[in-house]
Amino acid sequence: MEGSSAESALSVSADSIRITDLTQDGDVLTFAITSQKLNSSAGVCVFRAYEDFEWLQQSLFSQENVPGLQGIIFPPLPPKALPLQSNMQTKALKQLGFLALGQDWQGYCKALEFYLQQVATHPTLCKCKALDSFLINSESPGKQRGRKGIFNRLSQAVEEMRKESHKDVDNFFQNERNKNTNIAALSKVATEKLIDVVMTEQKLALACGHFSTSLHLCVNQDDAAAVAFSKVCLKLSDIIEAVKQNFEKVASNNLTTLGLGLDLESRYQEAEKEMLFRRTCKLIELETVKKSTEKAKANKREVMEEFQKAVEKEFSLISSVAKEEIERFHSSRVNVLKNVLIGWCEQQLNTAKECAELYSQHLEACRNMYSE
Amino acid sequence: MAEDREPPALLDASHAGSTDPEDGEDLFVSAVSKMEASPTSPAEPIIISSSNGPEPEPEEIFLDEDPDDLFAEATEEVSLDSPERQPILSDGPSPAITPVTPTVTLDPRVSEAFARSPDQDEDEEENRDAFDVQISVSDPEKVGDGMNAYMVYKVSTKTSLSIFSRDQVSVKRRFSDFLGLHSKLASKYMHIGYIVPPAPEKSIVGMTKVKVGKEDTSSAEFVEKRRSALERYLMRTVKHPVLLKDPDVLQFLESSELPRAVSTQALSGAGILRMVNKAADAVNKMTIKMNESDAWFEEKQQQFENLDVQLRKLHASVESLVCHRKELSVNTVSFAKSSAMLGNSEDHTALSRALSQLAEVEEKIDTLHQDQACNDFFMFSELLGDYVRLITAVKGVFDQRMKTWGKWQEAEMMLQRKREAEAKLQYANKPDKLQQAKDEIKEWEGKVQQGERDFEQISKIIRREVGRFETE
Repeated sequence: MEGSSAESALSVSADSIRITDLTQDGDVLTFAITSQKLNSSAGVCVFRAYEDFEWLQQSLFSQENVPGLQGIIFPPLPPKALPLQSNMQTKALKQLGFLALGQDWQGYCKALEFYLQQVATHPTLCKCKALDSFLINSESPGKQRGRKGIFNRLSQAVEEMRKESHKDVDNFFQNERNKNTNIAALSKVATEKLIDVVMTEQKLALACGHFSTSLHLCVNQDDAAAVAFSKVCLKLSDIIEAVKQNFEKVASNNLTTLGLGLDLESRYQEAEKEMLFRRTCKLIELETVKKSTEKAKANKREVMEEFQKAVEKEFSLISSVAKEEIERFHSSRVNVLKNVLIGWCEQQLNTAKECAELYSQHLEACRNMYSE
Repeated sequence: MAEDREPPALLDASHAGSTDPEDGEDLFVSAVSKMEASPTSPAEPIIISSSNGPEPEPEEIFLDEDPDDLFAEATEEVSLDSPERQPILSDGPSPAITPVTPTVTLDPRVSEAFARSPDQDEDEEENRDAFDVQISVSDPEKVGDGMNAYMVYKVSTKTSLSIFSRDQVSVKRRFSDFLGLHSKLASKYMHIGYIVPPAPEKSIVGMTKVKVGKEDTSSAEFVEKRRSALERYLMRTVKHPVLLKDPDVLQFLESSELPRAVSTQALSGAGILRMVNKAADAVNKMTIKMNESDAWFEEKQQQFENLDVQLRKLHASVESLVCHRKELSVNTVSFAKSSAMLGNSEDHTALSRALSQLAEVEEKIDTLHQDQACNDFFMFSELLGDYVRLITAVKGVFDQRMKTWGKWQEAEMMLQRKREAEAKLQYANKPDKLQQAKDEIKEWEGKVQQGERDFEQISKIIRREVGRFETE
């Protein structure tokens, strides 16, 4: 059970969790999740819908008897995906950001996979039974609406704003909060800009395609001049095809590496923000309790003090867990981003090399065409 | 277009264009029929140029065409009583300059011109064969300010052709001057069938931006676009051998002061007149149903239609390509900026460095894209746009031909009517009216003949022009 054994209660190896397949049935997307059992070489495959992921998230939130649960940075779940329709593109973009752009949901699956892996590798969260049952049970957890813990996004009241800017008692946390606000905003902006870039690249690829087809239409064989012209047109058409494919590859490279990375980064920053916010709320609660304890009349004093002690204990627990989490978060974040950037560089470099070769071939062919 | 001089027998085969041998013959056959013709309008430029006084150039022009005349006569073995004033021939049939001993009596002007040594002939021809007129439009400057400002471009001509008075000339012109030149050329040449290259279009929005003095990239681009368009326009105009010799063109390129062409303003009276004319033309086009007797024309028209459609499509595609590329460069820049900001606010030094480098890379990508966009634009898009406009000009020429035919038919109808009237009068036996009728008939007969001749001439010229156009 949770907390008692140091071993993970997960019976599958965390690294082997993969989302291998995705089927779309009308509005509903079903994911096939495979994982490898720890003790044997058997693999497990289950089918889950998005609601099941939500259920998992809820269960993680509402675990009991986990000390300092509120200090945990919960891995962010990608928002629900609407089935791809062209007129909903902008809406989908707003909701999903990057994940809406890729073809055939590749990016989305990757993001969900990452989510599951994060949960499974988290020292505390992996012990949650819900995760195990999520990954192993053949029937889906059903549409149980877990208890809505206080972790759900509270409504954006003015109060929350005030709470967010509440000064912290601990310097470490204050700094952390500042940095977090900063980076969260910036990474969001960066993600949006990258989305723009990728979309433009896709548009360019489309335009190249149009150009190439209209060049094809120019072909006619009436006389010698027309034949020569047609040859030129065809050659140009091929070249523009190559340009188009290059753009498509570049765009998809951007998408799969940098895009995912930035998207993950911004979502994680949000998650960290939420965690810090929870802590701040607790802090405010503590302070209010302290104040009321001081003001309390003698008979109530003891009760209050008991209460205050409990809150204090909670708070310090949260803070310590939070500290660990934050450090863990930072190191893994740097790692993830580093890998993402390396992957991006490699892929773009490869694409560029291939393209350069293709272009020089075409150039040769053009030169030969004219020297004939 | 530097064609070698070849012996006359190979004249027809040497024509690089698609003009068939039969066309060449047409040329000369109708040359025969034009014998008695009073100078038709194409001859006017010659008259004008000769009246231009001091310049020796016009006479050299005669020199060019007359060897063709005599030449033609030699091939056709037609004895002519008097040389006709040929419409200025393009150098399609390459004039072989063998000094042909004239077997005909020459009219005084021509003989005087011909009295010049054949050497000069050859010089001229040599220059023409070399065709090295280099025109460049450069240095756009803004003159004046506010809404009365305009851009002045420096037009420099370098040439070794002798029709120009100097080797290198440099003059200052503004956009309305170009438009004025074009309208003059169009009014002179279009209705007889020459394809006059179209001038760049007026753009009110673009010019207003420049006038208002915005120093941003869009107005700089606009000026650059216009500059290169003007340069191409001038080059095309001088490549046309007939237009090259036109005095207006010469004046445009050489004289330092040009009378201001006022009728080119978009919203002026002349502009509105032009629009009305265009509308009238469109209506006419629909009403004149020409029975096309010449398969060549039909085929060519069809070809041009197709080409037009294709080119327009291509042009649209290229435009969208260029537009997207520009957008891409803008987006890349903003991504680079945000990436740099991320790098700056990042604690972890390695990550921070990596992110900043990402920003730099993206910036480089952006410059690349911009360059590519510019290239695409200037190479493809402008060229295609020019061709689209050229084809419109070609179509215009075809339309002119239709109009001429229409006039011819009208003249014939009138003639018919007059003849009927005459017949009636003869019946009614009214001698005085009869005479009048006879006079009218004569007049209309003349008109009919003229119409016919015009028509044939325009057809011939169009064929030649189209041939030239296609080889380019």
